[in-house]
Parts: sequence; C-alpha cells; structure tokens
Amino acid sequence: MIAIIDSGGANIASVKFALERLGVGSVLTDDVNVIRSAEKVMLPGVGAAPIAMQRLASAGLIDCIRTLEQPVLGICLGMQLLFAHSDEGDTKLLGLFDANCKAFTPTSNRSVPHMGWNQLAFQQDHPLLAGVDNGAHVYFVHSYFAPVTSQTIAECSYGHDFTAIVGEKNFIGCQFHPERSGSVGARILQNFLEMP
Amino acid sequence: MLTKRIIACLDVKDGRVVKGVRFQNHVDMGDILDLSQRYSDEGVDELVFYDITASSDGRVVDKSWVKQVARRINIPFCVAGGIRSIEDAKVILNNGADKISVNSPALERSEFISELAKIFGTQCIVVGIDSRRVDHDLQVYQYTGDATKTIRSKRKTVSWAQEVTRLGAGEIVVNCMNNDGVREGYDIEQLAAVRSAVSVPVIASGGAGDYSHFADLFHQTDIDGALAASVFHSGEITIPKLKAYLRSKLIEVRV
Repeated sequence: MIAIIDSGGANIASVKFALERLGVGSVLTDDVNVIRSAEKVMLPGVGAAPIAMQRLASAGLIDCIRTLEQPVLGICLGMQLLFAHSDEGDTKLLGLFDANCKAFTPTSNRSVPHMGWNQLAFQQDHPLLAGVDNGAHVYFVHSYFAPVTSQTIAECSYGHDFTAIVGEKNFIGCQFHPERSGSVGARILQNFLEMP
Repeated sequence: MLTKRIIACLDVKDGRVVKGVRFQNHVDMGDILDLSQRYSDEGVDELVFYDITASSDGRVVDKSWVKQVARRINIPFCVAGGIRSIEDAKVILNNGADKISVNSPALERSEFISELAKIFGTQCIVVGIDSRRVDHDLQVYQYTGDATKTIRSKRKTVSWAQEVTRLGAGEIVVNCMNNDGVREGYDIEQLAAVRSAVSVPVIASGGAGDYSHFADLFHQTDIDGALAASVFHSGEITIPKLKAYLRSKLIEVRV
C-alpha cells in the first residue's frame, strides 16, 4: 500500500490519479501509523514551505517522516521539504538533505515561477532513471529551488543549475511533477514503485 | 532549456468543447475527454478548459468533468470560468486541476487574486486578460463569454497585468480579442508590451492561423507559451507538425 501524505496543498489528487493509471492503489493520510506501515510513502506539495511545515508539525509528522525506512518520494515542494532550510518564509525544513532552498530571480527573458517543460541532466546512476533518456523533458512549476549537491541525481538549468532529482538511501525527491510529466513522468513513478 | 509551451484551449459550454469566431456563434467541436486524450497523445504541453458561459451567467463551471480529465491525462491542465470563491477554486484544484484561471471576477474584486494566491500558492493562479485595441490604447474587456454582456472595463491591459502580478498571479494569459478566431497571427506588439511589463510567465492567445505565426511569436517576443483552439481542433495545425516546424526554426520545444 502506498501512503500519500496529506500535506494540505492543492492538487494532491493528481498524484493519486497517476498511481491509479499505473494500476496501484494509494491512501491519502496524515496518520502516523498508516504512514509508518506503508510500503512506500509519497510527500507531494504545492504552495508555500512555511504553511506545509506547520501542517506537518501540527499533524505530528516531522519525526515520523525523518525516521521512515521505506522508499519516500517528495514531489515539488515535497522535495524541497526534505532539505534543511528554505528562504521562503525563513523556514526550517525536515533536514534530510543539507542545503538551503533559494528563490529564482526574474530577469527580462526569464519569468518566475519557472513553469513548463525543462530537461533533466543526469549526474548519477539511479534506479529512478531506468528507461529514462538523459535530456528528457519533465514539467516544473516552482519559484524556489534547491542547489546542486553531492546527492543530486539529476539537475536542471534555469538561469543556473539546480537539483531536479535528489536521492540518498530511501529518501528521493523530484522538483518536477512526475504525475504531470507525460510518459517520462509515468516511467519515473513506475521506477519508484519498483524500488525495493 | 525551458521549452516554449504549446497549449490547446478547449472552450467548454454545457459540458462540450465549442469554438466561436470573435467569441460568438459557438460551434460544437467534440467531447472533452476524447479531445483531452488526443492532445495529450499528440504531445501538447498543457491544456486549458474555459467555461465560456460561466462568468457572464453568474453560474459556476460544472466540475464533474475536472476529475475525469485529471484521471485520464498526465499533462498539466488549467480550469477557467466563473471561479468566484475560494471554495470554487478548492473544489477544482482538489479534483486534480493544476491551475485555475480567473478573469471577470478578478476585475470585479482584485483582492480575490491575493486571497487565492495566499491559500493555494501563486503557481496555481492564472489571470486571464481579454484585451482589445481601442484607438491607440489596450483596454481590458469583461464578461466576454457572452457577446451581449461583454463590457469594456475601466482597466488598461499593461497596468492590469502589472497589478495582478503584484497581487499574486503566477501566470497571465493575454487574449487579444481583435485577433481571436481570425487567424492572422498573434498580436506581437501587444504581447511584447505585456511580457516586458511583468515578471511572471505570459501566454499568448488569439490569432493563430498558420505554423509561421507561432515562430513569429517566439522569435519576436519572450512570450512563454502560445495558446490556440480552433486551428488545433479542426486539424489544420497538428501538434507534432507544429513542434517539428518550431524545432526547424531553432525554437526549443518538447518532443
């Protein structure tokens, strides 16, 4: 069973529907016991980091998420929440990856949010990337980004390089929306579901 | 590199996809799910569903199809039409839409944009602007879903685009009404003026009639995406051919 953590943000339904298209059931929950006993855990999220962290804290999920041992996939803001800190509202995050999320700066030909289809540039081999082409396009929507670190699996570039996929041990995050990234995104989700 | 987005707009009326010329004389174009799936399969980057009757009738867009679309397709989509309350927005986003677009209700009460942005995040909030050239000015029009109710608002297009950005819009769709449905090309000058005035993504709408119109738009402006409806629905322009054409013109698109 797949647990989707109810982080309170909008369009969590699309993650559930993406799993349905892959023939996999899931439950939307903020219950510690349900999350702990799930085979895999997904942490989606759109909206603002401070609100999402408050929501996780008030549901008593901070330590729960930090100590999970099954595969965990953070999506979009859910990926950023795995990092240490965000400049968005000067917010302390879950601290599983050691870096600070910063805001994009708009320029005359670079609008913010970074919204649309951009390319993955692989940095490391990872089971999440099985069957995915280096340079494949995936769908991004975000105004803050995580820098490239030693745990970056794939990066993307928008003015400067940033982390598109991060991973270490059982914790993985995608800055883009695999559930909205066509067949490439579906393959990435399938790869996550097949992780031991 | 971030690609230029090709967006198909499905104008929805009474649960069917329709298209009119200059916002009038709507003709049935087909079933929402069939067309959504077709576009997704063909490689369109995004879909927008506009319930063109909702705002002017004071009714809310029928939401039952939003969930069906979200279940079926795996590309982003936006829902527009008569979203007047936080509750309206919440239902649509919770049903799986990626973005909502507001137009007339934002003109009635601009704080609505900031209220939506605060709750759902700016990335979900699109503001649609129906703009018409009047003499030498760009004027915002309201209630454009029904020709008999359409009025000229007191807003000017560029300053309204700046105001909605300040209030928390994460994207702006500029529909150039003079060009809508007449297929003579996008209003490059107008779109460039809006694009240079704001920091958020701007999507061009109104006027696409030929493959070259898309290349002109992307060569001559920094517009983030191009939206079209009838030329896609009729098959006169197909998404795979359009993308191949744009690539041949050295414009970055997703293939």
